[in-house]
Amino acid sequence: MKKNSKEPAVSAENHFQLRLYVAGQTPKSLAALSNLKRICATHLDGRYRIEVIDLMKNPQLAQGDQILAIPTLVRNLPKPIRKIIGDLSDTERVLVGLDLRGLQVRNAS
Amino acid sequence: MPQRNSPAHHDIPTLEKTPTGIIGLDQISVGGLPKGRTTIVCGGPGCGKTMLGLEFLVRGAAEFGEPGVLIAFEETPEEMARNVASLGFDLKALAERKKLYLDFVYMEPSEIQETGEYDLGGLFIRLQHAVDSVGAKRVMLDTLEALFSGFSNPGILRAEIRRLFRWLKEKGLTTIVTAEKGEGTLTRHGLEEYVSDCVILLDHRINEQISTRRMRIVKYRGTKHGADEYPFLIDEHGMSILPVTSMELQHKVSNQRVPTGVPDLDDMLERKGYFRGSSVLISGAAGCGKTILAAAFAEAACKKGERCLFIAFEESLDQITRNMRSVGINFEPLLKKGLLLHRAWRPTQYGMEMHLLRIHKLIEKFKPSIVIIDPITNLISASTEKDVHSMLMRLMDFLKEKGITSVFTSLSNVGEIAESEVGISSLIDTWILLRYSELFGKRHRGLFVLKARGMAHSPQLREMLITSQGIRLGSADALLAYRDRERGSQLDDDQAALPKSARSKRNRCTAGLTRRSSRGAR
Repeated sequence: MKKNSKEPAVSAENHFQLRLYVAGQTPKSLAALSNLKRICATHLDGRYRIEVIDLMKNPQLAQGDQILAIPTLVRNLPKPIRKIIGDLSDTERVLVGLDLRGLQVRNAS
Repeated sequence: MPQRNSPAHHDIPTLEKTPTGIIGLDQISVGGLPKGRTTIVCGGPGCGKTMLGLEFLVRGAAEFGEPGVLIAFEETPEEMARNVASLGFDLKALAERKKLYLDFVYMEPSEIQETGEYDLGGLFIRLQHAVDSVGAKRVMLDTLEALFSGFSNPGILRAEIRRLFRWLKEKGLTTIVTAEKGEGTLTRHGLEEYVSDCVILLDHRINEQISTRRMRIVKYRGTKHGADEYPFLIDEHGMSILPVTSMELQHKVSNQRVPTGVPDLDDMLERKGYFRGSSVLISGAAGCGKTILAAAFAEAACKKGERCLFIAFEESLDQITRNMRSVGINFEPLLKKGLLLHRAWRPTQYGMEMHLLRIHKLIEKFKPSIVIIDPITNLISASTEKDVHSMLMRLMDFLKEKGITSVFTSLSNVGEIAESEVGISSLIDTWILLRYSELFGKRHRGLFVLKARGMAHSPQLREMLITSQGIRLGSADALLAYRDRERGSQLDDDQAALPKSARSKRNRCTAGLTRRSSRGAR
């Protein structure tokens, strides 16, 4: 269940390692994945890698990242770890959650 | 006391139950927790919720062949394992043997951003995985309410908690969910609204700086249960809820007699001594020889091969052994033979329930035929009189049920009967009163049988002489004469010492004493 972005890592600092936890192909999970892909394509320009973990298939993985809510997006890199729960429909909040708001401001200036 | 105070024994459970294995809880819940259902255990911080749940899991895994799952929301499994290790629970070993599955749910709200729709599918998956890993029959969620601080959408949470309880029920898991007590509600977030099968409330209160833990089954649908507050304690063997003794007076009485250890006193009690299984109270002022009289009884009984438990709230073993040796009572060989067991602890060390439980446990283990408690009055310093009464009543009830002869000593002021004695007098079969008077530059001890149920006891007041060979009882003429003088008689000292009028004086005196004590006798 791994979906890599087309482009390889640029640098560790700018590279986003994202993990999306879902439980089966529920509407919420599918919405979260498509929202995530859209946001990444718009804001991260290839500097990311998305890993989708289906807990229905790998339930033991829920403990490691302390997953309670589904869907949960975990930003493993860059540090610190961030978690965003929900279907990621609110783009603004996802950007805040991923700390991309600051990044954008920096890019713009 | 009304009948409902005792848990029903002849109840046919309409509901299948899962024994907890916790001492006393299975009794008051008439068999345990509802099988395959969720029970809420609520109470304030430090009330023992987690302990109850853990013991339920550990006993289930170790004693009932029912593996368990612990989902801890507040403490890590390592912390929990450490906390309960002192109670003899080895969580790690049980986890290694696949009898227990421990999962710690960590939530850091500052790390989490919420955006859009979500559910707690992750929790369900973890729970399912845990249950499958060990084949769990029991589950504990401690404290589920922690979720409310981890997620900001109460609507989703409530729906998910409702779904969780339904899920647990569908899976047939016997579950304990702990919850913090709320203001005016059983649980802070109203979890009791979701689970209506069984709710247990724990309480930890401090009275006069001494803590008492209590438990109440607030609700238990479809079954009878003890409705009172039951005291419980947590010690090195886990939790024990005080078994309430039978409220029906159905003790079998014995016609057998046990010598008092003082032949002269036996003479006063139909030349035979106390009834076996009866309760004896020895009361008197400080220095009257209460402990000696009790110790003489213990020694005499042990010498006949009986087992005697001596509980002291004043003197250490060394101290009492030395002191008794000086009056010809030798404890050492009896202690060596294991016939005498001496236990001393401070009355202020525990609350009343803990005292009672500790005594219960000692009795269950040592199986004595005689129990001495020296003195009971000290307990009042550790609690309220009401609590002491209730504790002593339950203790005496328990002792009578077991057919144990018991001797209690009680400190009272000269010529008075302590309030505590009044309270328990109805439970006392034989009451011996000690007193002393100073006469001609010398102190005289007096002994007197205030009551002795079921026997024609001597009404005499006797002088008690404590010698290096033990206790002897002499005539009390001198004492009586003194008493007359004290009571305003016109006799001068010379006349008082004269024995010729002793008889009439004695009668007068005894009547006075009885009158004075009569409020305690009934």
